[in-house]
Amino acid sequence: MGADRDAALREALAADPAGGFEALVHAYQHRLYAFALAMSGEPADAEEIAQDAFLRAHDALRRYPAHRILALRLSPWLHRIALNVFRNRVRRRRLRVVPLDADTALPDPSDGPERQVLSRAVLRELANLVSGLPEHHRTAVVLRCVQGMTYAEVAELLGQPEGTVKANVHRGLQALRRRAGWLSEVS
Amino acid sequence: MDVLEADLRALGLLRAPEGFAKRVLVAVGLPAPASDAYGELETPAGRFHVAWGAAGISAVRRVGAPEDFERWFVERRGRPVARAAEVPTRLLAQLAAGTAGRSRGLRLDLTGLRPFERDVLRKTLEIPRGEVRTYAWVAREIGRPRALRAVGTALGRNPLPVLIPCHRVIRTDGTLGEYSGGGTEAKRAMLRWEGVDPAWLEHLAAAGTRFVGSRGTGVFCMPTCRHVRRVQAANRVPFHDEREAMGAGFRPCATCRPVAATGSGAG
Repeated sequence: MGADRDAALREALAADPAGGFEALVHAYQHRLYAFALAMSGEPADAEEIAQDAFLRAHDALRRYPAHRILALRLSPWLHRIALNVFRNRVRRRRLRVVPLDADTALPDPSDGPERQVLSRAVLRELANLVSGLPEHHRTAVVLRCVQGMTYAEVAELLGQPEGTVKANVHRGLQALRRRAGWLSEVS
Repeated sequence: MDVLEADLRALGLLRAPEGFAKRVLVAVGLPAPASDAYGELETPAGRFHVAWGAAGISAVRRVGAPEDFERWFVERRGRPVARAAEVPTRLLAQLAAGTAGRSRGLRLDLTGLRPFERDVLRKTLEIPRGEVRTYAWVAREIGRPRALRAVGTALGRNPLPVLIPCHRVIRTDGTLGEYSGGGTEAKRAMLRWEGVDPAWLEHLAAAGTRFVGSRGTGVFCMPTCRHVRRVQAANRVPFHDEREAMGAGFRPCATCRPVAATGSGAG
């Protein structure tokens, strides 16, 4: 998915750092935001994580020589940066308080073709449930099932054997199924 | 894929909040993107604000307060817009052609829109002046036959009404539906101006006529298709649905590609 687009983005980044970065942000903003939201369960955190990830990417790109930029695999690279940002924040905070009925604004899910399936409230609950999983299960589930990567891609991104990823996805989904039985009825 | 996995995938398709990309770019100190320019355009369909930039014509919107237009533009197109002293002559000529229904040669800026939105808008551009199609038709033509509501949403967000003729897309039940160019009345007026009688569309819909066949050619069409409109009344056969038309030995028109209306008048 997006192989042509990524090739064009790499060339733009190498040739015109400012314009290329702008294109990169426009191309990946939704994907990174969705990733951060599923990991953190909180819209406000998600925006900060995604933004911070882009800032770090920007710093890195300024240091990279053109040949390195041209060899970057953008999606795993950006996801890895966002994952590091997320982990650092968790470490910093230790305690995450998840308000049960926070009225924070999620982007309106009715605002697009695929998103009319679930109401905003259900998506919020789902993000909350996912973010309640132990981190190694959560990361695997989010990369595989939310972000739609293949097992091989997730394994490479996390530097883990595919078998480990599969087991973690499986356990994560099991835990979610136990807790999310009501979701299908609400939606 | 079960319900949970489908729901998780839906979570992954969530969009970043409005203005997020802009905040990121400001945070890294990138200069604000270049402004598009805008001016006012007088057309037989009324007065519009029109914006244009490097990638082509970027917005058409019924004239209101300039601040409203500027605010809407930033939200919709992700960059600022500044009032121009005048609309360039060449652009004026293009716009005149566009509002008269000849949008084909225009450079329309669809950058930054979702692929799905672009598909819907490009498909809508193919609907000839003087004809209408349904939301279901657009959905099926772009390979997303079940995405009726999403097609409606995409057309409702059309940044270039008039030039991209979303007024030529109506509900399956013959009622006109929403119009981003200024409400249902404006849609009615636009269609009438193009030679389509909205009352006739509603009459057809009330009679349950979805398609019209031509006895001479054995072909059936969408009722406004140019191939069937020139057929004399005595040679026209109304059909309720595709099956009835096929059962009577008629073939679907290759130009208007009539679709079977599924379900109720959703859209």
